Amino acid sequence: MELDLAKAKEFYKGMLLIRRFEEKCVELYSNQKIRGFLHLYIGEEAIAVGLMSALGEDDAVLTTYREHGHALARGVRAKNVMAEMFGKVEGCSRGRGGSMHLFDAKTRFYGGSAIVAGSLPLAVGMALADKMMKRKRVTVCVFGDGAVAEGEFHESLNLAALWKLPVLFVCENNGYAMGTALKYTQSETDIYKKAASYKISSKQVDGMSVTEVAKAAARAVEDVKDGKGPAFIECLTYRFRAHSMFDAELYRDKKEVLEWKEKDPLLAFERKLQELNLWSGINLKEFEEEIKGVIDEAVEFAENGALEPVEDLEKFVYSEVSDG
Amino acid sequence: MDNATTYREAVREAIRKAMREDERVFLMGEDVGRYGGCYAVSMGLLDEFGEERIIDAPLSESGFTGAGIGAAMNGMRPIVEIMTVNFSLLALDQIVNNAATLLHMSGGQFNVPLVIRMATGGGKQLGAQHSHSLEGWFAHVPGLKVLTPATAQDAYDMVGLALADPDPVLIFENALLYNAKGSLDVEATPLPIGKAFVAKEGKDVSVLTYGISLFKALDAAQSLAKDGIDAEVIDLRSLRPLDDETIMNSVKKTRKVLIVDEGWKSGSVSAEIMARINEQAFYELDAPMERVCTVEVPLPYAKHLEDAALPQVDKIVAMAKKVMGES
Ligand SMILES: Cc1ncc(C[n+]2csc(CCOP(=O)(O)OP(=O)(O)O)c2C)c(N)n1
Ligand SMILES: [Mg+2]
Repeated sequence: MELDLAKAKEFYKGMLLIRRFEEKCVELYSNQKIRGFLHLYIGEEAIAVGLMSALGEDDAVLTTYREHGHALARGVRAKNVMAEMFGKVEGCSRGRGGSMHLFDAKTRFYGGSAIVAGSLPLAVGMALADKMMKRKRVTVCVFGDGAVAEGEFHESLNLAALWKLPVLFVCENNGYAMGTALKYTQSETDIYKKAASYKISSKQVDGMSVTEVAKAAARAVEDVKDGKGPAFIECLTYRFRAHSMFDAELYRDKKEVLEWKEKDPLLAFERKLQELNLWSGINLKEFEEEIKGVIDEAVEFAENGALEPVEDLEKFVYSEVSDG
Repeated sequence: MDNATTYREAVREAIRKAMREDERVFLMGEDVGRYGGCYAVSMGLLDEFGEERIIDAPLSESGFTGAGIGAAMNGMRPIVEIMTVNFSLLALDQIVNNAATLLHMSGGQFNVPLVIRMATGGGKQLGAQHSHSLEGWFAHVPGLKVLTPATAQDAYDMVGLALADPDPVLIFENALLYNAKGSLDVEATPLPIGKAFVAKEGKDVSVLTYGISLFKALDAAQSLAKDGIDAEVIDLRSLRPLDDETIMNSVKKTRKVLIVDEGWKSGSVSAEIMARINEQAFYELDAPMERVCTVEVPLPYAKHLEDAALPQVDKIVAMAKKVMGES
């Protein structure tokens, strides 16, 4: 992957959009416009942006409840994501899902699961279907380090490897599952090694570096599409905020948080672009303005959105099969 | 009566007392230690008891629930905390295939003195995967006991009752109740497992309910009183075993029944209670029984839809009037 100015702009803008979107969410949560659980992606933006840059339109994405960034980077419209969190019918899940359950058929974004590791078996099945139908596609499944402890993680990795399925597993290892550090729950904290033990081609990358993630993802996607079986990428990262909006953060040191903030993916990328003499080509003010426009529009769209009529409450429990 | 104790503190105090008194008791679950418990129930217990007895488990619901069963069979008195009923589904195999069956399969040789606590219920806009009320499901299974504390007193008492029980006991703590305050008398003799409690006496209609719906039913009873309807409100407390005696006595008194259950109607505890009344007290009834349950839809995120799906005071009032023949 060549890092030219166009690519640099795309990456930077993609990450900045997520950052500003999430910051707006905090504000809207305080104003009680957004309710329920809200898990922010601040600090982890490089993964979504790097990863999605490697995917084609036909590829599919399954993810977790910390998925605003994945959705935006995948191309789900900010206004539909925002409307979803406002519980409006214009939301990408018609207001039925909320922050943790963003879905979007157009971009083959298969959600937002809030059951840890719940989507790994689904990804295996999606990939199985592609293999059976001889479609050259990849299914990407993103999950946290916490998922690694679930049985479904191990069952899914084994099946994917055993059946040589076109699936890319991406573990966002931010060091914590809620308030429990990885070292208290895993005998082996190098997660990629677990995948390797299932004979899956597997790699650990700096998840704070958008280019590292993009490079690893591009290679993995290519291999998977070439029929080489599943791939696994462990991205080392950190969430800068609390687990969700309710979290006293008693379980980690302020110092640790500050150390990781030094590696902020936006700052890290800025430093890199400076080294490459590309930074001068980035007009940050213009980006900020453009993104502010997108977010303001999203909030306005969500505000003006409609509530689904209560009479429709029982819709979508079963499919509406037309009898004509 | 002082209303000084929160439901959360009541559970915590009960665990603390049990752990001080019995070295076999330990607490195991996700984020119970350093984080202080997903609902802050175990906040401070790690400092007092250390990490050998307040065990932060990995996200392995099946694994650590099964480990709790094993430890219980081998002389310990574990309290397994499953964050919420939603995640207990990953441990369903251990609970239903092991905890509930081992005593029977072993011909009475191996009992499982295990306590499993979990949060339950909807109403916080957490979406379909985080809003289940599946206690009724577990009540289907012989071998398990299912408790649903509604008050701070029961939140406290039931931990002790469950630990004293030789068999697996599941305690469902409605997440919306943790901040609720109530009076707590730690010296009081607890009402045993399997006994319902008449929370408000009345003569016109029996409202049978449990968990957070108790408070909605009591509010509804107040409103009904203004219209001259004297509702009796019964807190079932235990869904398995069910207290048939208290239920039937109330039916004989009021001759009218309304059941409020946050589970879905189909195959629910409310259905079971109706069937039992039909079997045991059909001729005592003056009107068809009614119920208020959650609408049969995965709980939606949007507030107006979620509110419309869950049992609410106005629905209870309206349904009670229907039972009374007033609508
Ligand atoms: C099966 C299951 N168990 C427990 C939970 C509660 N829970 C929600 S998020 C979380 C932590 C998951 O951590 P990780 O996978 O590392 O993702 P991160 O939040 O760090 O992105 C837990 C325990 C859940 N949602 N699902
Ligand atoms: Mg994590």
